Amino acid sequence: MAGGAAGGGSTQGDTYKEVRTWLLLPTWATLSILVLVPVLLMLVYSFLTKEFRGGVIWEFSFAAYDQFFCDRGLFGDEPCSIEWTYITIFWRSIWQAGLATILSLFIGFPTAYFIATRPAHVRPLWVFLITIPYWVNLLIRTVSMRFMLREEGPLNNVLVWSGLTDAPLQMINTNFAVQIGLFYSYLPFMVLPVYAAVERYNFSLSEAAADLYASKWTTLRRIVLPAVKPGVIAGCILVFVPSLGAFLAPDLLGGAKNFMIGSLIEEQFKGNAGNWPFGAAASMILLSVVLIILTIYARQQARAGGKER
Amino acid sequence: MSKARFDVKSYPGFVQLTVLCLLILYLPLMVVAVYSFNASASIVNWEGFSLRWYADVFTGPESAKFKLAARNSFVIAIIAATVATAIATLAATAMIRGGKFRLRVLSLGLISLPLMVPEIVTAVATLIFFNSIGFERGLLTILLAHIAFCIPFAYLPISARMQGIEDTYEQAALDLYATKRQAFTRILLPLMMPGIVSGYLLAFIISLDDFIITNFVKGAGVETLPTAIFGAVKQGLKPNIMAISTMLVGFSIIMVTVSYFVGKKDN
Repeated sequence: MAGGAAGGGSTQGDTYKEVRTWLLLPTWATLSILVLVPVLLMLVYSFLTKEFRGGVIWEFSFAAYDQFFCDRGLFGDEPCSIEWTYITIFWRSIWQAGLATILSLFIGFPTAYFIATRPAHVRPLWVFLITIPYWVNLLIRTVSMRFMLREEGPLNNVLVWSGLTDAPLQMINTNFAVQIGLFYSYLPFMVLPVYAAVERYNFSLSEAAADLYASKWTTLRRIVLPAVKPGVIAGCILVFVPSLGAFLAPDLLGGAKNFMIGSLIEEQFKGNAGNWPFGAAASMILLSVVLIILTIYARQQARAGGKER
Repeated sequence: MSKARFDVKSYPGFVQLTVLCLLILYLPLMVVAVYSFNASASIVNWEGFSLRWYADVFTGPESAKFKLAARNSFVIAIIAATVATAIATLAATAMIRGGKFRLRVLSLGLISLPLMVPEIVTAVATLIFFNSIGFERGLLTILLAHIAFCIPFAYLPISARMQGIEDTYEQAALDLYATKRQAFTRILLPLMMPGIVSGYLLAFIISLDDFIITNFVKGAGVETLPTAIFGAVKQGLKPNIMAISTMLVGFSIIMVTVSYFVGKKDN
């Protein structure tokens, strides 16, 4: 899931301040027991010894992280040299998520700009139109994309029929398909925050630039973009973060050669590899990367907010 | 104001890219919807309009499996959304109507936690948790996990709505000797209804659609609609799966639309 509920909101009165502890108790209990404690437990598990066929033995061990980062040769007794297998998978995830983010920005920014420049009363309807796909089952959307991209699929039919290609293209089970799938999954996350930023933008700034003989595209680059940058960054994070840990798009569109971190984790708990501590360690590494990104983002937000005041 | 040298609000290509954006978002779902009405048993050729795959979903050889999965999905979604909405309503009351307090920021962080942690990580953590306390995986583990991650989705529209309601109404009731409980149930709750309904519906869809967490915490042989669909798709995409998917997509769109208009009402 995407981050960013942190808005949360200001208070509006203190009518129920005496009972607020009781009102919050169910939330604290549910989320601590079912999310916070499990995440901490996962951290513990990543330092335990693996039990074959799933599960763990309660013995402290660095084996999971060692397996992730260290190549110790065929018999596992050599000194640590860097193990590239998992770093490559991680790097591929970052690369794929990055490309999907750039693609979403390329399509999402103009869309957001276009919506923000419509008359005020029709904007909510446009926004709603962009939001709907987010609420449609992600699995079904990914399956639909698989249907579109497959060898005898509609997209290939159109390409061949229009003469753009002679023969159907191999699109499914490629890196390209994964990028398209991630882009398609999280595109609404790019449009919405960019839209919110452009909607607040004061267009007389653009007019001033135009009067001072800036060209159209210079105005966009030098005036509009810096002003809406917070929205663009928020959009990029909202696309990048869920793309990084995605499971469905790489699994259904990418095939075995285009493994991403989500599939690697899933395999440790479902597939034959079955190494729970290793899966927990990979999850911890993914979580750390995400939390680092979110923390940097929150810091910058706080700093930008401080500057304005 | 002087007239600008050019229209600063329109850029060449932006309209086309917007159209492209909508096409990308909607076309795949529409194509699958169209093919779900295909008379052919193959997914390649079009052989005319037919409802046979919809009939197949309800009466075909796999119908028992789908019915059970659908029942599981809906029962879990109804209970999870109800519990999550109740919890989120109480939380929002404390957060918005509870003044400032020290644990407020921390509580907000806790509520947004399921949104910040990647879904697959939550899935792994929950599986490990249930496993380590010896909780047998099944419908109940799915339900508990769903309640947890539905809370922020219910919380967002509810808290947004509550911020929009000034507390003068409750103050007036209190001045007229209503108890706080009465002010809550007779004044705040009715005013909150659009937000609560909207939050409930969103939580309901989030639960109904969830695949990744469900896939981790479900027991062997227990299926919800998304896990059943995933299992079937792994064997190859068949027209009856397209029919089920189209129904589920239609259902989600109806729910979101209702949520949108209810949430908008007199806001």
